[in-house]
Amino acid sequence: MLIKCPWCGDRALQEFSYQGDATVARPPEPADPADANWDDEWYQFVYLRDDPKGWHDEVWHHIQGCRKHFKARRHTVTHVIADTAPMSEELKGGDK
Amino acid sequence: MSRSYRTAEGGRIDRSKPLSFTFDDVRYTGFQGDTLASALLANGVKLIARSFKYHRPRGIMSAGPEEPCGMVQLREGARTEPNIRATQVELFDGLVASSQNRWPSVKWDVNSINNLFNRMLPAGFYYKTFMWPKAMWMTYEEVIRHAAGMGRSADQPDPDRYEHMHAYCDVLVAGGGPAGLMAAKSAADSGARVILVDENPELGGYLRGRNQKVGAKSAMDWVASVHVELEAMENVTILSRTTVASYYDHNMLVLNEHTGDHLPTADGWTPRQRNWKVWAKQVVLATGSIERPLVFGNNDVPGVMLTNAIQAYANQYGVTPGRNAVVFTNNDSAYEAVLDMHDAGMRIAAVVDNRTIETAATKPVRERGIPVFHNHVVFNVRGNKHGVKGVEIMALNEAGDHVAGSIIKMDCDVVGMSGGWTPTVHLFSQSRGKLRWMEDITTFVPDVSFQQERSAGACKATWGLNSCLKEGAKAGAEAAKAAGFDTAKPVSSPKSSDDGMGEIRAMWRVPQPPHSHLKRFVDFQDDVAASDVELAIREGYTSIEHTKRYTTLGMGTDQGKTSNVNGLAIVSEELDKPIPEVGHTTFRPPYTAVTMGAITGTERGHHFSPTRRSALHEWHKQAGATFVPAGMWMRPQYYQQPGESMWDAIYRETLNVRTKVGMFDVSPLGKIDIQGPDSAEFLNRCYINGFGKLPVGKCRYGVMLREDGMVFDDGTTSRLSENHFMMTTTTAKAGPVLQHLEYLLDVIWPELNVHVVSVTEEWCGMAVAGPNSRELLARCTDADISNEGLPFMGVAEVDICGVPGRIYRISFSGELAYEVGVSSDWGPHVWSTLMEKGQDLGVAPYGTEAMSIMRIEKGHVVGAELNGRTTADDLGFGGMTSTKKAFIGQRSITKPAFLETDRKQLTGLKSVDGKTKIPRGAQIVADPKGRIPMEQLGEVTANCYSPNLKEFIGLAIVKGARDRKGDRLWAFSPLTKECCEVELCSPHMYDPEGERLRG
Repeated sequence: MLIKCPWCGDRALQEFSYQGDATVARPPEPADPADANWDDEWYQFVYLRDDPKGWHDEVWHHIQGCRKHFKARRHTVTHVIADTAPMSEELKGGDK
Repeated sequence: MSRSYRTAEGGRIDRSKPLSFTFDDVRYTGFQGDTLASALLANGVKLIARSFKYHRPRGIMSAGPEEPCGMVQLREGARTEPNIRATQVELFDGLVASSQNRWPSVKWDVNSINNLFNRMLPAGFYYKTFMWPKAMWMTYEEVIRHAAGMGRSADQPDPDRYEHMHAYCDVLVAGGGPAGLMAAKSAADSGARVILVDENPELGGYLRGRNQKVGAKSAMDWVASVHVELEAMENVTILSRTTVASYYDHNMLVLNEHTGDHLPTADGWTPRQRNWKVWAKQVVLATGSIERPLVFGNNDVPGVMLTNAIQAYANQYGVTPGRNAVVFTNNDSAYEAVLDMHDAGMRIAAVVDNRTIETAATKPVRERGIPVFHNHVVFNVRGNKHGVKGVEIMALNEAGDHVAGSIIKMDCDVVGMSGGWTPTVHLFSQSRGKLRWMEDITTFVPDVSFQQERSAGACKATWGLNSCLKEGAKAGAEAAKAAGFDTAKPVSSPKSSDDGMGEIRAMWRVPQPPHSHLKRFVDFQDDVAASDVELAIREGYTSIEHTKRYTTLGMGTDQGKTSNVNGLAIVSEELDKPIPEVGHTTFRPPYTAVTMGAITGTERGHHFSPTRRSALHEWHKQAGATFVPAGMWMRPQYYQQPGESMWDAIYRETLNVRTKVGMFDVSPLGKIDIQGPDSAEFLNRCYINGFGKLPVGKCRYGVMLREDGMVFDDGTTSRLSENHFMMTTTTAKAGPVLQHLEYLLDVIWPELNVHVVSVTEEWCGMAVAGPNSRELLARCTDADISNEGLPFMGVAEVDICGVPGRIYRISFSGELAYEVGVSSDWGPHVWSTLMEKGQDLGVAPYGTEAMSIMRIEKGHVVGAELNGRTTADDLGFGGMTSTKKAFIGQRSITKPAFLETDRKQLTGLKSVDGKTKIPRGAQIVADPKGRIPMEQLGEVTANCYSPNLKEFIGLAIVKGARDRKGDRLWAFSPLTKECCEVELCSPHMYDPEGERLRG
């Protein structure tokens, strides 16, 4: 596989490390840390992930390169990567 | 009569270069240019191996990578390799090969008795018979493996070298036959970077075994001229003896180049094999096709061969695999072969053609007086381990589903079979392309491409030479164009003949007379006969994927190259379902087997992972250190002096730190430089304890959690200035912690302005520990390192031994101690200066063993306790955990399982009798003599003899340990059966108040 790092261009898969589902957001910290108890929202974030068949937005780390994280839209069946983008930008392409 | 089957002349072998080789300890001679298979056939050796299940005699069936039977054990000693196809082994002088899957010899094989009982060994036999009782499977399996088995693998380290190569190109062409050559030429002419890959030692593909013409030239002269042309082009790389093994995602292909397999041993600078990873913009697949066997009685007797193989042996190697042949076909392609065989001096007893109508191809054969039987079949082969004796022929009835009339018996010593051609779609299919069934030629062909590739020539069922040349040229130009070379156009090809295989009459199982039970093999390598497939269907295995696994059809090392289509066609007939509905099994990489050596490349032994050495490595070596690998690092374990045992040295080093001063190389500890205005806030969110208000010039011990609340890592972090911190991590977690911090900054908190970078290798770290440490450092720096000037947990930037550095007042040993950090380049200078200046203070280096004893005495945790299942509270850090701020993992530590009172907690252990050592890795139980299984209360994580406390101590994780101080339990090792009664105590066993380190 070739993955296009938004900063370094097309590089071999071996340079990258998969860092999980980009669609899962870390729940915001409650204003009072004492309220930050175990709850369903937190449980979902720590333990539950979807296993989609098809397009999937993911976080990848260019660990053997520039060491930046970025987003990639990958098809989990065909491994086609429709788009990659810095974390702050939106992914395009695929049929999402 | 001469035993040689070599023709008087002809073939592209060098008859001036005889080569000597042995097969099963018998010496034979072949020629340069032979394969092991052609040389064996030339010497009249027909019996090559015993078959996998029935131990039936088998010989050479093909002349290429599809060979299912002619597999040998190649070479000897450390270089020996099993299951090597004799058809692909280039002969060299001194080659040694032997038959496999036989005992005691291939001629007298004890297990061939399986063949007499073959009706008791049907599909799924092992599954059915040896399933009960379950516990006996291991015993059965051993016997079965011995009886079945294939060759032996080498039992010594591989002495050869292997390499990995990486390449990029515009157009990769797989296959150097007519289509591939034209594709490479057209693509290369446009300026595209082309890699042409071919598995054989010379280009030409199927033309090597034929007697054809391209334009006015002989085909192989034309091939040679194209080869010269391509070789002269700078943008073309030709890789011969190289197989495109695998076609992966994003047009990445893996090639297996046999650089040294044709040599007795690869010479000094040549690896034995290279594994290439090639990223190609476009790919042209010109992988040709493979002739299909026919499924008739005893079609596996040595001497029954694919017709094109006999033709190739005659044309290419000057070998006639027999003197008197019968050829059995269902298409036209065999007729050309018959003419070539006849030209090579073979007698052709008959051509048997199952088709009813005579075609144009028949005429030249008849003209030579060769009898042709139309609407007839060979239904049985007579023969034994010495080879074919003759065939039995019968006519077909009108419907073509039964044999009729009387049996014609005919003598012969070789049988050619031609059941049509199967395009080699393996790579296309691996690339996720979709196949389409073509009923008229009874085969699957490439239909819809998924990746950037196109097929050309016989691999998409284009049979004629002229058409293949044209199609190849077109495909090469298209590929170059798609890769951005707009001017690419097909180069013109010389006009050539265009004979195909004509009409084909599918006959997936050749009928046999009533009441005969002849074995008709479908998969020759796995010993799967038509009857096995029929049985599997009767027993309900109606999916092709299930039938495959139940019968092992197509599961051999040949990947079913000759058996897949025949197998699924029989399934289709049995189910009465059209073939496209039955579907086909998945083609998986690699196309032909790749050795583990090539996959491993140079990454073996010492080179499997990098070796990291600290800047002080040479000093440790000079000082007589014994090294221990810790992760990738080589760390000094202890420094043995003359007359000392290992434990003498370790205890001396430990006591020296506790009474004088010792020095330990802490360079491998992970070090992360953290800078930016939000650094303090960032650290505050990462650690369970507060870092926001850490004053400049101070260090603090911190603990990090994962989001699930378990402890991730620990270490000391120092504030060097308002916005500049230095974090240390454990040696093992240096990489993961950095990645964790980067993730948090990139993904979770991009608003924080912080930069992190690993500086582990930039800094040389040395612990200077012991009562005399302050005195020693004072001799080497002008900085104020008094207890007031640099109190416990202080950090100062100083000049030390004349170079800039940092001194941290931190202690892992529990003594008055400092850690000195200097640039790695200055490390050896500073270390040896300290050693020199501390002579009279008793300074001595200590290794990881002494450090380990001291940390156990102090109850400091390391990786054994930070094992991913312990919480901060389990390890005694509950009090450190802030309740006033949010941090990573905080919300998890309130979940119920974290609050249970009988969680396993860190505890100290003491051996109750003071004499018995606490076994390492032991289980903590209440009563070791109790009934098994018994409750496991915990486990020992560290154990040692403490030369300071003069007793056996340890650390453990034990249920509810904090409330059980003074309780007596047992440490029992089920592995070594060692047992020790232990008393639980505080983990802080030495200087529990920490007075020494604050002094």
